[in-house]
Amino acid sequence: MTDGTRSEILLRVNGLTHRLDVDNRRTLLDALREDTGRTGPKKGCDRGQCGACTVLLDDRRVVSCLTLAVAADGSDVTTVEGLAPDGELHPLQQAFVQLDGFQCGYCTPGQLCSAVAMLAEHAAGWPSAVTTDVSPERPAPELDAVEVRERLSGNLCRCGAYPSIVRAVLETAARAEVTG
Amino acid sequence: MKEFGYLRPSQVREALALVAADDGARFLGGGTNLVDLMKDGIETPTRLVDVRRLPLDGIREAPDRGLVIGATTTNSDLAAHPEVRRRYPALSQAVLAGASGQLRNMATVGGNLLQRTRCGYFADPSQPCNKRSPGSGCSAITGEHHNHAILGWSDHCVATHPSDMTVALAAYDAVVHYETPDGSHEIPLSGFYLPVGESPQRETVLPPGALITAVTLPAAAAGPRARYRKVRERASYAFANVSVAAALDVEEGVVRGVRIALGGLASRPWRALVAESALRDAPATADRFGDAADAELSAARPLRDNAYKVTLARNLIVAVLTELAHRAE
Ligand SMILES: Cc1cc2nc3c(=O)[nH]c(=O)nc-3n(C[C@H](O)[C@H](O)[C@H](O)COP(=O)(O)OP(=O)(O)OC[C@H]3O[C@@H](n4cnc5c(N)ncnc54)[C@H](O)[C@@H]3O)c2cc1C
Ligand code: SF4
Ligand code: FES
Ligand code: FES
Repeated sequence: MTDGTRSEILLRVNGLTHRLDVDNRRTLLDALREDTGRTGPKKGCDRGQCGACTVLLDDRRVVSCLTLAVAADGSDVTTVEGLAPDGELHPLQQAFVQLDGFQCGYCTPGQLCSAVAMLAEHAAGWPSAVTTDVSPERPAPELDAVEVRERLSGNLCRCGAYPSIVRAVLETAARAEVTG
Repeated sequence: MKEFGYLRPSQVREALALVAADDGARFLGGGTNLVDLMKDGIETPTRLVDVRRLPLDGIREAPDRGLVIGATTTNSDLAAHPEVRRRYPALSQAVLAGASGQLRNMATVGGNLLQRTRCGYFADPSQPCNKRSPGSGCSAITGEHHNHAILGWSDHCVATHPSDMTVALAAYDAVVHYETPDGSHEIPLSGFYLPVGESPQRETVLPPGALITAVTLPAAAAGPRARYRKVRERASYAFANVSVAAALDVEEGVVRGVRIALGGLASRPWRALVAESALRDAPATADRFGDAADAELSAARPLRDNAYKVTLARNLIVAVLTELAHRAE
C-alpha cells in the first residue's frame, strides 16, 4: 500500500480559518508564508537553531520550520501579525519601538512571539535553567536580565540588539505587573 | 526531502500496526530531531505515524509512589511539573538545560530518548560515518572530535549521546516502558542504550517498530538534594561538553546515599557506579569527591583533542557534590 503524500488541513491563523491542501513535506513556516500570506515569521536557518520562525501554536511558542504543517492540522496559530490584530501594537511591540529592540528587524517577529509566550510561561510559574531553586514551593523567580536572556536564548539576533531586547521585555513585564 | 505519508492514529494498537505494515515507517514526536534529519536526507521515512494524539500524554503517580511520565509529554510540561520539581529536581533542571523554550514545547520524552548524535559527520552525507552508513568508517576518530566521547567508545564510533534529560534519568534509575505487537515491555534505562561495539547504527535495545509509552521514576530515588549542571561553549542553547546529574544524602558528614550520572562523555548517559561505590559511607569532603571522580575517570580514553573533558568532568563532579554536601548539612 502506498500512502497519499498530500493532506487537506485546517489552520486557524490569527483567527482566520484556512483550508489548505499541502504536501506532507511542507513545514508550517512555508505554509504560513506561501499558502496563507503571513510573511511575519522569517526563515533564518530553517533548522530550529535561530528562532526567527517562532509562532504560537495553540498558545505555545514553537519553531515553525521544524513543525510539519500536516502535524499542525486543527491548530490555532498566532504569528506576529496576530499580536496587533486591529493595527494597535501589543505592549511588547510598543516597547520594542520605544527602546530600539531591533536593528535590521529580521529576528524581531520571532523575538516578539517568543517573548509574549515566555512572559506567559513565567506568569504560570515555570522555572528556567538559571532558576536556582526549582522547587514548586518557591515563588516564581523574579524576571531579571539573566532570566530573560536564558528564557529567550532560542532567539538569535545577528545585529546583537540583545541589550535593548532585554530592556523592552523587562519594561513590558514591569508595566504588566503594575496594571495587573 | 523524500515524499512520505502521514497518519495520526488515536490508539496505541493502531499506531503499532501502522508502523509494522511499512518498513519505512517511523514514529513522529515533536519532529525536532526527525524533521531536521529528513531535511538532510539522513532519515528517509516513507510514512510518519504521529504519536501526539495517542493517549500517552501527562504525568501521574505510580503505584510505588514514584512517577509515570507519558511518552508524549512535552519536555516543557515535564520540566514545569510540580511533582518532578519537588521530587526529582535534577530532571527538571536537566530538561531546562536543553535546547530552547520553543523546542522544549515541541520535543517529547520518547523523542528525546531516541534523538541521534550531533556528530557533524553523521549529519554530512558526503563523509564516511559508521553510524549513518555502516562499514564506511569513522571520520571523527582522526578528524574533528573535540566534543566526542572519552568513555566507552569503540574504533567504530566515538560519538556522544546529546541528551540532557537522559543523564538525569540515568541518575534516578528510570525505567523505559514500550509496546510492541507482542505486548508491553520494560527495561531499566541502564540497559536501554547498547554499548557502541561494532554496530554503532544500533543504539538501543528497542526492536524495530516498538513504541515508547512511558518512563517511570522510582520512589526510592526521590529527594530534594539533587542537581544537574551542564558545561557548554556558550551560556545557553548549546549541547553539553560535560554535564553531571547528582543526588547526595549526607548524615553527620558521612555519605549515606549518592547517585551520579555524566553526560557528554559517552554514547549513552554514563552512570558513575565506580565513583558512587567509592563514596558510600565515606566522609563527604572535596578530597574524597575528587578521589571518587578520579576512580571513575581512570577508565577514560581521551582522543587527540578532547582530553580537556577528563579534567572538566572531574572538576564538575567535585563542584556539584560539594554544593550538595553543603546543602545537606
Ligand atoms: C537547535 C537544537 C538544539 C538542541 N539542543 C539540545 C540540548 O541542548 N540538549 C538536549 O538534550 N537536546 C537538544 N536538542 C534535541 C532535542 O532535545 C530533541 O530533538 C528532542 O528531544 C527530540 O524529541 P522529539 O519529540 O522532537 O523527537 P522526534 O524528532 O519526533 O523523534 C526523534 C526520534 O524518536 C522517535 N520517536 C519519537 N517518539 C517515539 C515514541 N513514543 N516511541 C518510539 N519512537 C519514538 C522518532 O521516530 C525519531 O526516530 C536540540 C535540538 C535542536 C534542533
Ligand atoms: S563518531 Fe560515530 S557518528 Fe561520528 S563519524 Fe564516527 S561513526 Fe559517525
Ligand atoms: S528558521 Fe526556524 S529556527 Fe531558524
Ligand atoms: S535586529 Fe537584526 S537580527 Fe535581530
